[in-house]
Amino acid sequence: MSDSEQHADDAQPVWPPTRVLPDILYCGVCTLPIEYCEFAGTVSKCQKWLRNKDQALFAKTWPDIDLSQKLEETTIDEGMTKEQKKAEAKAAQEAKKKANQRVVIKRIERSKRKCVIEVSGLELFGVDLKKAAKLFATKFATGASVTKNPQGTDDIVVQGDVQDDIYDLVVETWEQVPEEQIELTEGKKK
Amino acid sequence: MFKKFVPKDDVSGKSKVKSSVQRGIRAKILEQYPALNPYIEELIPKKDPLVLVKCHDRLNVVMVNDQLLFFNHHDGPYYPTLQLLHKYPDIMPKVQVDRGAIKFVLSGANIMCPGLTSKGARLDTDLPVDTPVAVLAEGKEHALALGELKMSTSDIKSINKGVGVELVHFINDGLWHAKIEA
Ligand SMILES: [Zn+2]
Repeated sequence: MSDSEQHADDAQPVWPPTRVLPDILYCGVCTLPIEYCEFAGTVSKCQKWLRNKDQALFAKTWPDIDLSQKLEETTIDEGMTKEQKKAEAKAAQEAKKKANQRVVIKRIERSKRKCVIEVSGLELFGVDLKKAAKLFATKFATGASVTKNPQGTDDIVVQGDVQDDIYDLVVETWEQVPEEQIELTEGKKK
Repeated sequence: MFKKFVPKDDVSGKSKVKSSVQRGIRAKILEQYPALNPYIEELIPKKDPLVLVKCHDRLNVVMVNDQLLFFNHHDGPYYPTLQLLHKYPDIMPKVQVDRGAIKFVLSGANIMCPGLTSKGARLDTDLPVDTPVAVLAEGKEHALALGELKMSTSDIKSINKGVGVELVHFINDGLWHAKIEA
């Protein structure tokens, strides 16, 4: 426990006292108080972070891990319970799932000279589709709307041959969408 | 309440309140948390603007100098954010869950009575139903969550079935991670 302060002045009106703990260490990886890292699902990363940050606290928080051993993930693995490993595997799986998410920008020919662009998957990256449609419409001075596709999710359909322009705008506007997760495809008329 | 809270979607508006409203909020908070009296000028300085962040379902969050400090729901009691509670840990009554309950709380579940009555859990003070409580955890120093008693502590002990504490806010939920710009 760090500095605690007791307020029991007798001259002053008596408030119920509280300790004041100004310097609580929150984990740089999982953001929780470090004593809760064991529940975070990122245990080995949390441990690595704490070990680099404060050896003494590390020893106190993870008494079962031998500090004399080299800082390697394999070492740290042994200090993990089955549940922690499971949580970590789950977090890794979720990260993988995230990496597999795709924004698909599909060019669909409607007639000889007309085509539309169908953009799907932006919602996976936390993009508000209505706002995105509006942005496309203003940027390209065309029509854009959000429509339900047969899979039950929403697509944005943009009028006009603007596939490449949309690609550039998506990359530029939403940093959280990595370029390697954007797919450009061609489709048949519906 | 904040399990799926995302400021981007859930915040409907922000407004600096008038100083009379600010005084009212301060007074209400102090009435509920008298232990904060020596620190309130530091937390909510009279001269600094108090921003009320309005969220869905009549949830209001009190923000001062970009820090989220307190919130209330349907004009109910104010709760401190867990970061604030961690700093002033004794401002509200506490209950303690056993170690086994921690992971359930961290997934946003309400707290069942047995998690509050087993060995490792603690219910030291007699408290009536609806009391806002800090939820501590066996073997941990800092609060894990905040909740509202759904039964009095004596009922929790004697009935020992069902939900004892409704979860309001927990470390790692949406409010814990929320960063809201003024
Ligand atoms: Zn951590």
